Amino acid sequence: MYELIFDREKCARCKSIPCMTKCQYIKLDTVTAKKEWQKVLDGEDSFILEACTTCYACNEYCPHGNNPFYMIVDRQEKKGILPSPRPIITMWVNQCEPVGKFTVGLLQEKALSYCFLAHFNVLAHGKLFEDLEYSAVYGQEFFCNAVYLHYAKTSLIKERLPKIIENIRKQGIKELVCLHDECYATYTSLAPAYGIEVPFHPIHYYDYLIEKLKALKDKVKPLGLKVAYQRNCSTRLIPEVDKSLDELFNLIGVERAVRKYDRKNALCCAEIIRMAKGPELADELQKKNLDDMQSVKPDYVVFNCPACWDSLATKVAERGMKPIHVIDLCRLAVGEEQSLNLEKMEAEV
Amino acid sequence: MIDIYNELTSIVDKDFVSNKPEELYIYGRDPGLMPAHEPEYVVMPSTVEEVQAIVRLANREKIAIVPKGGGLSLTGLVIPQKGGILLDMKKMDRIIEINEKGSYALIEGGTTHGALKSHLLKNYPHLRHSIPDSPPIATVVANAVIHGQGRLTQQRGFNSDMVCGLEVVLPTGEVCKIGTSAVSDYWFSKGAPLPDLSSLFFGWCGTTGIITKMAVKLYPCKKLRDVMLFLTDRAELVPDIMLKLGRTEMIEDLVVTAQPIPLRYAGNYYILFYITGDSEEELEYKRKYCWHTLWEYFEKRDGGFVSLVPEMKAPLLSMPSKDTTRFADVSKGGGFEYSGPIAPIEKYAVYVKKLEELAVKYNLYYSSAARMIDGGHSMMFSFSYTFNRADAQTMKRAKQALDEAAEYALDNGGVMWKPNLDEQKITIRKMDPNTLELMTRIKKLLDPNGIMNPGNWEVL
Amino acid sequence: MKRYQSQIHRCFRCGYCKFPTDYSAYNCPAYSRFRFDTYSTGGRLWLIYAWLKGEVPWSEHLAEILYTCTTCKNCVEQCPMKFAPEIVDWIIEARSDMVEQGKIPARVKRFLESVYNYGNPLKKTAAERLPWTKGLKKYKEGTQYLLFLGCLASYEEATREMVENCVKALDEAGVSYGTLGDDETCCGNEVYAMGEMELSKQLAEKNISKFKELGVKSVITLCPHGYNIMKNQYQNMGYPFEVLHYSQVLAKHADEIARKVEGEVKGKKVTYHDPCYLGRHNKLYETPRKAIAAHNGFELVEMPRNRRDAFCCGGGSGNFINDYLAGSKDSPARIRVREAAETGAGILAVACPGCLIMLKEAVKTENLEDRLQVMDLATVIAKSK
Ligand SMILES: Cc1cc2nc3c(=O)[nH]c(=O)nc-3n(C[C@H](O)[C@H](O)[C@H](O)COP(=O)(O)OP(=O)(O)OC[C@H]3O[C@@H](n4cnc5c(N)ncnc54)[C@H](O)[C@@H]3O)c2cc1C
Ligand code: SF4
Ligand code: SF4
Ligand code: SF4
Ligand code: SF4
Repeated sequence: MYELIFDREKCARCKSIPCMTKCQYIKLDTVTAKKEWQKVLDGEDSFILEACTTCYACNEYCPHGNNPFYMIVDRQEKKGILPSPRPIITMWVNQCEPVGKFTVGLLQEKALSYCFLAHFNVLAHGKLFEDLEYSAVYGQEFFCNAVYLHYAKTSLIKERLPKIIENIRKQGIKELVCLHDECYATYTSLAPAYGIEVPFHPIHYYDYLIEKLKALKDKVKPLGLKVAYQRNCSTRLIPEVDKSLDELFNLIGVERAVRKYDRKNALCCAEIIRMAKGPELADELQKKNLDDMQSVKPDYVVFNCPACWDSLATKVAERGMKPIHVIDLCRLAVGEEQSLNLEKMEAEV
Repeated sequence: MIDIYNELTSIVDKDFVSNKPEELYIYGRDPGLMPAHEPEYVVMPSTVEEVQAIVRLANREKIAIVPKGGGLSLTGLVIPQKGGILLDMKKMDRIIEINEKGSYALIEGGTTHGALKSHLLKNYPHLRHSIPDSPPIATVVANAVIHGQGRLTQQRGFNSDMVCGLEVVLPTGEVCKIGTSAVSDYWFSKGAPLPDLSSLFFGWCGTTGIITKMAVKLYPCKKLRDVMLFLTDRAELVPDIMLKLGRTEMIEDLVVTAQPIPLRYAGNYYILFYITGDSEEELEYKRKYCWHTLWEYFEKRDGGFVSLVPEMKAPLLSMPSKDTTRFADVSKGGGFEYSGPIAPIEKYAVYVKKLEELAVKYNLYYSSAARMIDGGHSMMFSFSYTFNRADAQTMKRAKQALDEAAEYALDNGGVMWKPNLDEQKITIRKMDPNTLELMTRIKKLLDPNGIMNPGNWEVL
Repeated sequence: MKRYQSQIHRCFRCGYCKFPTDYSAYNCPAYSRFRFDTYSTGGRLWLIYAWLKGEVPWSEHLAEILYTCTTCKNCVEQCPMKFAPEIVDWIIEARSDMVEQGKIPARVKRFLESVYNYGNPLKKTAAERLPWTKGLKKYKEGTQYLLFLGCLASYEEATREMVENCVKALDEAGVSYGTLGDDETCCGNEVYAMGEMELSKQLAEKNISKFKELGVKSVITLCPHGYNIMKNQYQNMGYPFEVLHYSQVLAKHADEIARKVEGEVKGKKVTYHDPCYLGRHNKLYETPRKAIAAHNGFELVEMPRNRRDAFCCGGGSGNFINDYLAGSKDSPARIRVREAAETGAGILAVACPGCLIMLKEAVKTENLEDRLQVMDLATVIAKSK
């Protein structure tokens, strides 16, 4: 069975315990942080395990790449701590169960992963996806499973993820372009942390787009826009992709507005938190985040994660700002139209 | 031998009278599981006078009359057990008056829920009626006749409670006003302060007269509406959760769903409820209030709210809900039926257990929707099973499951709603004999020739 | 086994298909006209299933119930079930079984025989084509567009203005076009909808072989029915070509099409009736509207039922000739022109010769002639200043 690879030595040598002192929710001084974190490591009870909002951020705060968040999740499960109500967890466990209802396109060795997110059916078209448009996988069978980190279910990840990886391998996919940030995080951070082998080469879609845009250089018209960026939780696991995003924005002439809640200080979309901790905290976070977006007067609010889109896009629009997905922003730059729009609620009357 | 067909065409435009096998076939069955039986004539009257003339003819010739609305009660109530004349009421579909100040709508005997909804939305967006989740072709009258429940039932009781006046063609042919309209020009009450005669026509399944006009109460339609979804995996907690929410007096409709597919439903009870408001502030207040009302379950991790994305909300906010109808295609067989007792909500857990047991026993897909009635005085609990119209075996199994569910419900505090013939029989068996005797006397008095929807509520 | 036979029992007879999206009226033209449940989609599907099972024997009445369906696809749009997209295909397949067994009602028989013998449903010889169509240029190799007139525009007087103004607009747009002249044969769309698949295929093959011979790359149809079958079936028969409905050309060349034709029209308000085969069948809702809106002097007003909820004129599936839905104030065309008149529009714009004929006739029957003029898009544009 897979076990978390975690170097307690690093923690022992760690002076400032940034994983815990920087946490936006559990505000600890260094001494208490050291003490409580030690309890976590020793498998003892610590209020950290209850208070954690599962925002993933401590993973980014650890300067030693030690994955403290995975440690928290591991301990939560072992202690039977439920970060969200049990029925919510059950719903997640059930709705993503692989039951053979997946979609596989005309696959090549290089393929797109839509994860289990229908948004990409809309987004992944046009010039930027010309060669790969139909080379895509979608459905529970290809679902990265990282979401269970929010629900103290590493056991489920350990059970399902190897199968998912095998499903992808079986399709003959050598290079997997992950359209969902979280998939990339799964294959490059989560899987290795548990010693799960990944027999294909994961590519973050930022890097894919950078290459594409370079190739389509003459067609790219710099947009000259200023945007507020909604940085999502899974980027905490793969903070290096932030650099790619900067490069991407650069290529299409977009300025990433300097705002309080971006980069390491980003705020999560808060819908998982709403279900886990209640509406007050979630509303407060969303208000702070939206206020901050608004303060930089962005031309667009840019989303990376479809789940953030579902949580925040409507609220962004209600405040008179325009939500857009990174892919769509790039599509604008090559003269195409925004494809993922807010669903009008009049589908059924 | 008299030619009834010709007599009918002398009463009603001949385009709207048929005795052809095709019409007889279609009007001889409903989408549910009760055996078919064909009428001899299908007629679509347009006026009260036409209805009266048809009733007189039927009395003279002693042939049966069955009034039909959308035919969606699913329990065979519009299957003409003794043949005769089937009256499709849907050509009497006018919306005669919306009395804005009196908050009621006066409609005809075949006006559909869809039409009334649409009319109000377009012309009186600040008013609404209690629309059920049956497909929009269901008629407002037929739904009240069977004591239906709609989106306002949680707050206001059965849809029949929201009726405020009737015009009825009695089984003997007279036209009769019921309620204040018998005395006044206004249709503000179906009984009070007079003796309430309206109950002679509700719950009787069309055996006591043909309603040609009906007034229904309208209620404020707030500008905004939202839906909230609370999950729990403990059936025994459901009644208290329902009550707590009902007692906030802040929620509109409340329905608890239990079903194994789609997978996200499995293992949980879905408590869906609605809140309304004239401003975002009002909504937000109610949203928070409801959250905190259920905080104890949330804290103990026994229940939680699900954040709904707009695509999930759209179908939940639609009225009627198409998803309810879609259940019929779950096993790609074009059919479902439910046995629907009205029952104390404390029975939720045992009913749901039975629901699942029967599904396993008869190898069927199941679903249940329990709608809270009148703040929690009771609920309608549906034992729903799908079947495949092309597979007689599944139809048989579904019928057996429904029969067993009905027996169980009756033994456990429930009373069958819109009962089919079999359910009527077991209800009669359990009924206080004096009550039964009173019903029998009333029926004889109103319908001496026994022409109205015969077979139903028959004591023998 | 044809697909419908294994699927048709899935209809629950819930009746959503009787309505438009907002439930404001009945929107299945056959149900609106006859009002017995037998004529609703659900009734029809259940009867087909009953016929398959031998529970209802074939009768002229049964067949007529099937053929009163105009294949307008309102049901497809409204049915909440997963199988919704297939409903009209099922009805057509059931008709094809009736055709194969020679069990079809009289008017349908006449229609099909005429197409078989004359290449059009009107029992006309090519020589009898209307004078103004004979005057049109013939298609030669290298011409930009083949203009496919269709049977109604070739033989029905009532379409004269439509044809004349269409070609005028094409001239003004500066595109080159030509017709097949005497060689044009029925497109086969209605024949297909009536269930005579074999004949429809022959007609398609005949037209395609002409296209091939002449090197046609692009076709403009006047009729949405022709547009439909060419777009959705001809394409798969080995000779791909571009298909445009003339409304698309009008919209595209709106700027070039001069507005110099003088003419008297009552009222400047225009309401547009979506033809089923352009709208619900091919999702072209905005293009024809653009074609009108691009011109001065018109105010586009909508009927309550528009776009995906448009109420069929009752002419589809050969009913612009067979007219099984005629004879009542509830005939769809009559309901539709009353609805149009209520908008206050003086012009009812159409984009289909079938609708044109049906609705013109209905305006007369309803005595609305001094309030409402029915004309096709090109004629409307020609009347703008
Ligand atoms: C998917 C689905 C969802 C449903 N959801 C609900 C729901 O949420 N709430 C609910 O209440 N029901 C629901 N139902 C059950 C049923 O469809 C409704 O109660 C519906 O309103 C019944 O109306 P109808 O017009 O179809 O009645 P019908 O079946 O046509 O008639 C019902 C009874 O009324 C009698 N009747 C009809 N017209 C007259 C008249 N003019 N005078 C006297 N008697 C008359 C008939 O003889 C019959 O006994 C649902 C059904 C389905 C299929
Ligand atoms: S997890 Fe990282 S940041 Fe936290 S104590 Fe260990 S080494 Fe330090
Ligand atoms: S996941 Fe977030 S909330 Fe939890 S400990 Fe880490 S930083 Fe704090
Ligand atoms: S076709 Fe669809 S909408 Fe119509 S009755 Fe059948 S199931 Fe219902
Ligand atoms: S295609 Fe049109 S006419 Fe035919 S059944 Fe459907 S709605 Fe009715």
